Amino acid sequence: MQLSGDIPTSSASLDATFAALADPTRRAILARLASGEASVNELAEPFEMSQPAISKHLKVLERAGLISRGRDAQRRPRKLEAQPLAEATAWLENYRKFWEGSFQRLDVLLDELKTSDRKNRTKR
Amino acid sequence: MANTLKVTTPTDREIAMTRVFDAPRHLVVEAYTNPELLKRWLGVHNGWILAVCEIDFRVGGTYRYVWRGPNGEEMGMRGVYREIVPNERIVATERFDESWYEGGAVGTVTFEEEDGRTTLTMRVLYDSKEVRDSVLQTPMEQGVGAGFDQLDKVLASMGA
Repeated sequence: MQLSGDIPTSSASLDATFAALADPTRRAILARLASGEASVNELAEPFEMSQPAISKHLKVLERAGLISRGRDAQRRPRKLEAQPLAEATAWLENYRKFWEGSFQRLDVLLDELKTSDRKNRTKR
Repeated sequence: MANTLKVTTPTDREIAMTRVFDAPRHLVVEAYTNPELLKRWLGVHNGWILAVCEIDFRVGGTYRYVWRGPNGEEMGMRGVYREIVPNERIVATERFDESWYEGGAVGTVTFEEEDGRTTLTMRVLYDSKEVRDSVLQTPMEQGVGAGFDQLDKVLASMGA
């Protein structure tokens, strides 16, 4: 069973977002950009990766709308775009909340069932 | 201590969820298979209700759930029971009416009792590579699984 309700309608863009998030390097890049914009060189630094390899990841993130290019034409810094990430996380949160919410209700129901179960047993 | 929900990805085609309940197994199974009881908890949150719950609880039998949202929106799913081990295991296919991922899935729910408490484990296996590669698998593996911490960090620093 899966979640009910609150499924974002823009599933195509969600696809792109989740595909982009599927890679640990790309997630690390996003984490880095969360603390401020950075140039391609700066982004490549912590990874043992060539600049073209990093550029490839950046392209995927850009296509998913997760990052964009800053104003500085020389450095061409990349920066984080909050909206798609927020949408993706909202989707995940819905899934978890669906089950957490359901199971909390089940806890209450089970307490009730336990009480009537005990009563039935003493009656017998 | 609170009984927390654990979500893991045992294989790349599966999602597993585990939750402990302070009740003996026969009651948890009852709450899971009796339509009147299911309507009281399954997906009942945020103004959503389980409006339709029909269960033909036998191997080859079907089930049908329809949820209704606060604004009258509806969402339905159905499936067929493939295997039933009384009080232990239920295996059933699952498919949403308007699925946002390709293909179908098979869910296996197991109930284990220890010291009067019951562990419910739910594993959902998606049935093709297309499904695995689709939107559902990715957020589950990356988001709810190991990658979630990373995403949390990103969001925390974004002030979300």
